[in-house]
Amino acid sequence: MDKVQADRWRGVVERSWRPAALLAACLAIWHLITATGLVEAYLVPSPAKTFGLLADKWSYLWGHTWVTTYETVLGFVIAGVLGVLVAVAMVYSRTIESTAYPILLFAQVIPKIAIAPLFVVWLGFGLEPKVIVAVLMAFFPVVISTVTGLKSVDTEMLELAATMGGGPVKTFVKIRFPAALPHLFAGLKVAVTLAVTGAVVGEFVGSNEGLGYVILQANGNMDTPMLFAGLIVISVVGVLLFLLLDLAEKLMLPWHASRRGAAVTTLLAKG
Amino acid sequence: MTGTLTTSAVSIDDVSVRFRSKRAEVTAIQQVSLDVAPGEFVSIVGPSGCGKSTLLKLVSGLLTPSSGSVTLLGEQVRGPRHDIGFVFQRAALLEWRSARRNILLQAEMRGMNAAEAGKRADELIEMTGLSGFENALPHELSGGMQQRVALCRALLHRPRVLLMDEPFGALDALTREQMNVELHRVWQETGTTVLLVTHSIAESVYLANRVIVLTRRPAVVHEVIEVDLPGTRDYSATMARPEFASATARIRDLLGAVTGQD
Ligand SMILES: Nc1ncnc2c1ncn2[C@@H]1O[C@H](COP(=O)(O)OP(=O)(O)OP(=O)(O)O)[C@@H](O)[C@H]1O
Ligand SMILES: [Mg+2]
Repeated sequence: MDKVQADRWRGVVERSWRPAALLAACLAIWHLITATGLVEAYLVPSPAKTFGLLADKWSYLWGHTWVTTYETVLGFVIAGVLGVLVAVAMVYSRTIESTAYPILLFAQVIPKIAIAPLFVVWLGFGLEPKVIVAVLMAFFPVVISTVTGLKSVDTEMLELAATMGGGPVKTFVKIRFPAALPHLFAGLKVAVTLAVTGAVVGEFVGSNEGLGYVILQANGNMDTPMLFAGLIVISVVGVLLFLLLDLAEKLMLPWHASRRGAAVTTLLAKG
Repeated sequence: MTGTLTTSAVSIDDVSVRFRSKRAEVTAIQQVSLDVAPGEFVSIVGPSGCGKSTLLKLVSGLLTPSSGSVTLLGEQVRGPRHDIGFVFQRAALLEWRSARRNILLQAEMRGMNAAEAGKRADELIEMTGLSGFENALPHELSGGMQQRVALCRALLHRPRVLLMDEPFGALDALTREQMNVELHRVWQETGTTVLLVTHSIAESVYLANRVIVLTRRPAVVHEVIEVDLPGTRDYSATMARPEFASATARIRDLLGAVTGQD
């Protein structure tokens, strides 16, 4: 038992030392650039100053972080539910698929930043426009991945199900949907990172709270330490939400995770 | 035709199947007729692509014939039939379910009594030598074990007709022999009617009462070989019998004649 535990820790260390080293290197370079005066301090604040500000203004930042996280999660959940429903409808009905696909694609290629002001005009400065932009950003990858997942089911498996006579509902619940889950999770992970962007874009366009607002304010005041602090918090929120989904995937699909290996840490190292 | 009057478990009557694709029309099966008696074991051999899988899909109702009719257990086949068990070449197991729960999928889909199905599953697991692997996931099982799970799943609801499409094609020779012996025993214990598609001539003869040899596409029945071997068959003793040798030689000749031009 102890050996297993030790092996697990060794595995964690082996997988994470590279990304950790890379992160440390980035911080070191950042520090050197500012310490040597290579770049003016008002353009790029030093890491010490940035993190110091993060600590000082924590309660201020925390409130805005909460707002942005709330918008993101709400948008993500709506996009997830809607996306799965639309994908199921598209997979089971040719008519719906051919009708919905062009509209979906059109909605996807419209730059969200360009239509975001419209939502502010329509819905004001509240929660709604941010959530809508987050939904719009996150919706497409969920639909595409779920459709792919539902269509990836082995035809032989479906033929077998037909000889078992459970009907379409049981076939969906017991075979098709679980088989689509790995694809769905891949889509959800992309979606959650896009939902963060969506919420921040929504805040840029018209808001008096949230991290997007913090960054915009800091920008206006040439307050680069605050700008950097805001950026860091947004990134951390995105990464944490992503890791949460990754954990959910590992818990819900142990059969899949065991064969997928260390994809997350590889991805983080790249990101 | 009613169930009580017919004596066949499966009756294929003058059936043809044509597949229409954008480019061409392919006749896979041409006017094939075949009767299988209840409890009989029939092997089907023929060149690759001649229409063997198509034939099994016709019997199960997964495919409808272009002409002719198929009757299963006294009832004409019009859509997917539920009174059969089907085993494919690939085990087609659900990756997220353990061996036992994969077998029980059959019961869940059919809404069978859970306790009864569980008991039956344990019986089958015992019978096919899967004991100890009930809770293993498919990727933790060897190819032979996966195929046993598929076999158990196909037998769970005690189907009167079992359709098998190259079930052991992906196995190594030794495992395949073991599976043949097991299938023979299962067949004897259950009294199920079996239609087995195979590429192995030895397997087709060892297991069957009759071997149907099909021609190249469009498939017609080339010849029917009656296998003159005892009911209960020991593997190596059967291999050594002259009847076995003559039957396999005959089938090899027939298949050679059918595929020789290639
Ligand atoms: N859905 C389909 N559409 C068009 N053609 C098909 C279809 N299914 C089968 N065919 C054609 O029908 C013929 C018979 O196919 P089938 O799968 O029954 O062959 P088979 O005897 O099982 O071959 P193998 O031994 O390689 O498994 C093949 O030539 C194949 O190309
Ligand atoms: Mg085939």
